[in-house]
Amino acid sequence: MKNEHNDNPPVMKFGMAIDLDKCTGCGACMVACMSENNIPFKEDESDKLVSITWMRIFKLSNGKSFPDTDICYLPRPCQHCEGHGGHSPCVSVCPATATDYSRETGIVSQIVTRCFGCRYCMGACPYHARYFNWWDPVWPDGMEKYLSPNVSPRMRGVVEKCSFCFHRYQLAKNKAYLDGERRVPEEAYQTACTQACPAGAIVFGDLNNPEHQVHQIVKPDPKHGGRSQNPRAFRLLERLGTNTKVYYLSSREWVRRSGDNYLEHEKTGQASQPHH
Amino acid sequence: MDSALIPKGVKRCPMWQFLLGLGIMGAVLAWGVYAMLLCWFKGLNQTNMNDYYGFALWIWADLAVIAVGGGAFFSGLLKYIIGKDELKHIINYAVLIGFICYSSALLILAIDIGQPLRGWFIFWHANVHSMLTEVAFCLSCYFAVLTIEYIPLILENRQLDKVPFFHNLSHNMHETMAIFAATGAFLSFFHQGSLGGVAGVLFGRPFAFREGLLIWPWTFFLFTWSAAAYGPSFTLLITWITEKVTRKKLVKDNVVDLLAKISGWMIFTYIIVKMADTSRWAFITAPGLGQTLADFYTGNDFYGYWILFAEIILGGVVPAVILISPPLRRKPAWRVTAFILGVMGVSLNRWVMVLQVMAVPIMPFDNWALYIPSWQEVATTILPVAYGVILIMISYRYLPIFPQEVELNPIQDESPAAVEAETESTPDLQPAKA
Repeated sequence: MKNEHNDNPPVMKFGMAIDLDKCTGCGACMVACMSENNIPFKEDESDKLVSITWMRIFKLSNGKSFPDTDICYLPRPCQHCEGHGGHSPCVSVCPATATDYSRETGIVSQIVTRCFGCRYCMGACPYHARYFNWWDPVWPDGMEKYLSPNVSPRMRGVVEKCSFCFHRYQLAKNKAYLDGERRVPEEAYQTACTQACPAGAIVFGDLNNPEHQVHQIVKPDPKHGGRSQNPRAFRLLERLGTNTKVYYLSSREWVRRSGDNYLEHEKTGQASQPHH
Repeated sequence: MDSALIPKGVKRCPMWQFLLGLGIMGAVLAWGVYAMLLCWFKGLNQTNMNDYYGFALWIWADLAVIAVGGGAFFSGLLKYIIGKDELKHIINYAVLIGFICYSSALLILAIDIGQPLRGWFIFWHANVHSMLTEVAFCLSCYFAVLTIEYIPLILENRQLDKVPFFHNLSHNMHETMAIFAATGAFLSFFHQGSLGGVAGVLFGRPFAFREGLLIWPWTFFLFTWSAAAYGPSFTLLITWITEKVTRKKLVKDNVVDLLAKISGWMIFTYIIVKMADTSRWAFITAPGLGQTLADFYTGNDFYGYWILFAEIILGGVVPAVILISPPLRRKPAWRVTAFILGVMGVSLNRWVMVLQVMAVPIMPFDNWALYIPSWQEVATTILPVAYGVILIMISYRYLPIFPQEVELNPIQDESPAAVEAETESTPDLQPAKA
């Protein structure tokens, strides 16, 4: 920026690669996410239908009995869908423009102070990545002192979701500017879940930047809607045309098949015709 | 006690009976208001909605009342634009029912949003790509149109009509009503359609998603069509119930027969298109996304193929056949059965397009989510029904809703002179035309 004033800012596309063969389902990513983003919790969090978990781990099974049984843990943050030209399922339906698709970063934002709680976006999201604040947040005594000052707590009656720790991007961007960097360095902007994963299963970065590890793992094909050229990689519900930026990796065929809906005769990875 | 307010030439129940009815419905209304206040002050944790069921009973109620309230715009279109003049004898009631339906829908929406005080954001920060934005704008505008259509009816109250300004205002509003009827039809086309679009554009949900024409999914057109088809059936059903409650014939058979026939043909054509849409979705759209009908109708305790049968055959084909067949249509029992089945069918369609959409799992490792509404949701859904009954009771008692009532129910035990004396007519004013 300081050095290249006249250049347009680079178009980034932040995304993730999550190696399901490495994930142990420990839940560290969930805890880190809740702590980082001031996510409220209740005394009883056992009902997952009313529990806010920006990052949620699903347990998948191949459905076979011992000794062939196999399981897999699938961490599911917001998939930050691009859809077709930024037409992501939730952004396109929000009546008050309270969620937006950034063409600078590829991040789907949630403007909680503008959300009036109609919940249409929740209905639109096939990943159940959006959560409603059914209650006002109540923090245990003293805990409010430990809240992150960089993320506003949300009030009752609005929808919230994973932001790819966008506040960290803002801080990193400011630092990059002061350091005279044109781009935010890869290590300067990492999500809390990425850093917390003890197995190193989550890799985060700019999918558009060939120097970033996530790009090298995913090898996105821009000619085919960002489909990965890595045979181990897949995206959740790719056939719907949501064009997500979270890629999953697995060497197990049944895991890759669990990522989408297929008719019996269809092969895993079968594409659908774009419909919008 | 209130005889001076009752339209001339008609008989109404004694005051105590009227007040008793109001009291009973008022108690139900108060129950709903209490639940509504709980939701407003304590939040939507009072409901059984959850993160899988962001849309639930209330949104269904909204869609259903707006669908059946479609009788107002379609009857208006038929009378004022197409020229079916006989419908002037039922148009007042269609407008009143429409007014109740739309005001109820707005009330339910005000309860349903998580931050009611921010409700105006939908207009201020409007996202023009959202179907819900279009719904909000057209719904509000059409409610204003319905209010304009209802006002002249209020002004026809005997005492209000004595005020020259009100009399002339009412008269002039009647004169220009065709403009409002056309505006109402235009607005209804869009908001009914947009309500269909709410589900149809959800490309992340194969159960709801439909292809379409330009930016409009097929559900856009199906919702408008079905509201125009089933709305008149609902108007006629409520008219029939009103006749039973008042023990009077209020609308002549030829009027009922005409509207029933139109409703029947509209349902008939709608259901053919609906079947075509369902077939395309079942055999092309959903399989193209890797899903089959079995994914949507099996594997849970509630949503089975029965719902498809109940909506399309019982709630579509059967009432259509009854209403387009003159011998069947003219038999009150068959006709009313068709109305009931039709209203059930369109309500079920709205249920499916809201609640089943939420229930069906999309990710292969996810599960069906079923939901039972809380008493607060039920009470606030019944609240508009009580409000509607009260408004009908008051309107029927004090306003000339049914122009044919006097002719169909001549007062036997009072001499014409006595009736005339009661009216305190003002000869210098011309009666307003309905």
